[in-house]
Amino acid sequence: MKKSMKKLLSVTMAIAMVASLTACGGKSNGTATTESKTESPKASGEGSFKIGGIGPITGSTAIYGQAVMNGAELAIKEINAGGGIGGAQIEYNFQDDEGDTEKAVNAYNTLKDWGMQVLMGTVTSAPCIAVGAESSNDNMFQLTPSGSAVDCTKFENQFRVCFSDPNQGSASAQYIGENKLATKVAVIYDSSDVYSTGIHDKFISEAGTQGVEIVADEAFTADNNTNFSVQLQKAQDSGAELVFLPIYYSQAALILAQAKQMGYETSFFGCDGLDGLLNVENFDKTLAENVMLLTPFAADAKDELTQKFVASYKEKYKETPNQFAADAYDAIYAIKAASEKAAVTPDMDASAICDGLKKAMTEISINGLTGENMKWTADGEPDKAPKAIKIVNGVYTAM
Amino acid sequence: MEKSNKTNFHLSKTLKSNLITYGIVIAAFLIVQLLINAGQVSSLMKGLLVPLCIYTILAVSLNLTVGILGELSLGHAAFMCVGAFSSSLFSISMLEAIPNSGFRFFLAILIGAAAAAVAGIIIGIPVLRLRGDYLAIVTLAFGEIIKNVVNVIFIGKDSNGLHFSMKNAMALNMEKDGKMILNGAQGITGTPKDSTFFIGVLLILVTLFIVLNLIHSRSGRAIMSVRDNRIAAESIGINITKYKLMAFTISASLAGVAGVLYSHNLSSLTATQKNFGYNQSIMILVFVVLGGIGNIRGSIIAAITLTLLPELLRGLNTYRMLIYALILIFMMIFNWSPKLIDLRKRFFHKNKAEREKV
Amino acid sequence: MMSFISYFINGLSLGSVYAIIALGYTMVYGIAKMLNFAHGDVIMIGGYMVFTVVSTMGLGPVAGVLLAVILCTVLGVVIEGVAYRPLRMASPLAVLITAIGVSYLLQNIALLVFGSNPKSFTSVVTIPALKLANGKLTISGETIVTIISCVVIMICLTTFIKKTKAGQAMLAVSEDKGAAQLMGINVDGTIALTFAIGSALAAVAGALLCSAYPTLTPYTGSMPGIKAFVAAVFGGIGSIPGALIGGLLLGIIENLSKAYISSQLSDAIVFGVLIVVLLVKPTGILGKKISEKV
Repeated sequence: MKKSMKKLLSVTMAIAMVASLTACGGKSNGTATTESKTESPKASGEGSFKIGGIGPITGSTAIYGQAVMNGAELAIKEINAGGGIGGAQIEYNFQDDEGDTEKAVNAYNTLKDWGMQVLMGTVTSAPCIAVGAESSNDNMFQLTPSGSAVDCTKFENQFRVCFSDPNQGSASAQYIGENKLATKVAVIYDSSDVYSTGIHDKFISEAGTQGVEIVADEAFTADNNTNFSVQLQKAQDSGAELVFLPIYYSQAALILAQAKQMGYETSFFGCDGLDGLLNVENFDKTLAENVMLLTPFAADAKDELTQKFVASYKEKYKETPNQFAADAYDAIYAIKAASEKAAVTPDMDASAICDGLKKAMTEISINGLTGENMKWTADGEPDKAPKAIKIVNGVYTAM
Repeated sequence: MEKSNKTNFHLSKTLKSNLITYGIVIAAFLIVQLLINAGQVSSLMKGLLVPLCIYTILAVSLNLTVGILGELSLGHAAFMCVGAFSSSLFSISMLEAIPNSGFRFFLAILIGAAAAAVAGIIIGIPVLRLRGDYLAIVTLAFGEIIKNVVNVIFIGKDSNGLHFSMKNAMALNMEKDGKMILNGAQGITGTPKDSTFFIGVLLILVTLFIVLNLIHSRSGRAIMSVRDNRIAAESIGINITKYKLMAFTISASLAGVAGVLYSHNLSSLTATQKNFGYNQSIMILVFVVLGGIGNIRGSIIAAITLTLLPELLRGLNTYRMLIYALILIFMMIFNWSPKLIDLRKRFFHKNKAEREKV
Repeated sequence: MMSFISYFINGLSLGSVYAIIALGYTMVYGIAKMLNFAHGDVIMIGGYMVFTVVSTMGLGPVAGVLLAVILCTVLGVVIEGVAYRPLRMASPLAVLITAIGVSYLLQNIALLVFGSNPKSFTSVVTIPALKLANGKLTISGETIVTIISCVVIMICLTTFIKKTKAGQAMLAVSEDKGAAQLMGINVDGTIALTFAIGSALAAVAGALLCSAYPTLTPYTGSMPGIKAFVAAVFGGIGSIPGALIGGLLLGIIENLSKAYISSQLSDAIVFGVLIVVLLVKPTGILGKKISEKV
């Protein structure tokens, strides 16, 4: 029995090997480009930019990956319809990383086999750092829409559209301090998450200088993220006027529900991770009433650009875009602007394009969904102002 | 059972079988190297080479616990975690002191293996007093504890030396020039990328050498006797605790080596449910079960196949775990159901008899 | 002091859920001598069933819980018949790995059907919160219902086992399968009945768990499932009062260590307690010593 099993396995193995090797022989996009792509004018043959994207399409952070995938796709469709980048069309290929570092590197390599010239990704921080080491090695231009950890822009080929974690932490502290929202603040954060601890650490150190007192500093972990009774009780006992939640929306939805269960009424303040709160299925939107969050994008903003984006996004994907979709949309337009500035052409290799874009990124200024006159510094950080949003009557409203 | 028969084989036969196993690995390495030189290997495959080595080592080392020792460990990924973090810490703090990356990585491997072995002993002593389901659940518990604790350790370095805290980064009270090395859940970033396919294959060979030699040694036979009949083994004077602990520790230490490869292959190292949680442990268990419990060569083949397939069939990702689950259930019922075993025996027996007739 | 009482009551509520889940583990272990790793995922399926009935179909919470109980009972019996029964005489290792396989299967089916995005669960409890000591102490309706359900279930189950023929059969099978069979007891039927009861309880636990901590993902059941198993081992596996004591103690330890030691290490502490208990008294608090036959 063992023998026959072994034979069976060897055969499977051999098939796998052969399959992989045939896949290597040049046409590696046969199995790879299943996720999503835009209709690219392959017939014309000469010159189209190949932009790759990486993010979680499945797993616990899938909602962000999907938003980024869609947002970027929308931007690429628009650009292609309007004549492309300097006359060249864009081909787009988005790969899943499940929010895992190892899978992200695999996804990156898959995209490289496809012939990627510019990388828009990854969506979450830890994979972004891992992919960054690879992309800097290859000198591949990388623009992450939402990788917010400090090390996401460690190398000079890396840029980002969103704010960095410490930036969000200090901006939140400043906002609370300057607008006198509260003097006693409790913090509940996910100590097993890179994003959450990044904001938390900076917020704590910045709060003191803003006249904000941290009266309770409570953590939870990814394995124990459903029962918040203790953390909320401590926040309540400490007399906090405001609870700061530098966490993702799924836990925030739970915290709001449990606060209501225990009859704890206070105000909540969060960062861009809370975006998506109103999209949780079956979520009681009244719970989120008056929750404030610091995010650069609000779907109900009155400017023309946002309204156009929201309308076409809703039409295509049947849901209201969140900040991640907007980040990705801006990322693609930033790549377009930088490409045109540097006058790169699709026949250049990834490294040459990267050299051009690196320099051009610091010279461009774009009016995007997530900020007006966005500029970038050479270390990859965007220069834009954060906006505070409040949830009123179940919709995001600018404050 | 077939496994126990192995001990009765003549030495030459086991030697032959071992040489075949080494041969497969070396041949695979040579073929891949040739293809790389010929430029026939895609970036995806190149990126997968080191992970393939990692999972192979993990599967072989877990097979030592599950197949040879006969105890189910659900915390194997935790030993990998210990190896990964200890070696990463070493490599980062010694980045300037030992500029020679080859030598530094060699030391890192030793440190990772040693740290995981120590963890194996510390966990093994209490755990191996238990049996069966209890042992499985306690190894799971230990695995979760290790992962949890790693997530609250903060280590930083400044002009005054190393700082350590289990609270948060601010509690380190570092000078301005301080640099975080291990930042709690944010993990370690900037581990040098020292893992190569060559070193990976070398480590697989070392792992195989250790495991195969152990199995065919006096100690190995003692370990298997404990597995097959504990009470009988004890009654003929075999020191059960010693041999159990020996197998468990070696298995842990080899998992630590896999962890070293893992951490030196990616520049960002965090302990999450996905890479060091019990899901990963179960994943490794699937490799072992699919390759055949106790069958070392099977583990290698299963680990390679199951790591390659999902990457090659990226579109099928959604169904991957579903398929694995079904395979797991099907394999267990097919291989272990008393009724099916009877049926199979009768069937094969008949075949054999017929063949002999011819 | 008020906050201590509050932590304690919340711990009691959490512990009650653990206790109901642990009952399923302990009964199955006592009778079939196997660790049903998939039990936690039956809870999750129960949760999704309630969610579908209440939030999608718009029926009442009582109908939701009832339908979930029926579905989970059927599911439990099917799992036992298809996956575990063929392995009745096989090695424990094989059975445990099969159970892990079933657990993954259920999770991934839920993942395919319901997706990975968390769903907000509408509480099945409509009782208002109780305010004591001038509003300083609030006990939520969910907490009250959870604790009461736990006590009621415990009483019913003990009576069932003591007073009915089927219950006595269960006891007999758990003592000695061979002898029970010789006495004319349908062993396979009794084991199936045990799975049915355990899974029905899992459905109730699922509804309570998701009401108290209102979120639902395909992985909702796995951590509580593992902790409830810890509780069952803690109290002495195979013992019904042991499951109650183990569950309650575990919930209280978890909540208090979260409050007073470290909220990040509370899981590590819970698992640490399990290890200590197993080392000091390997059969748990109320477990009995089983001597090994050669």
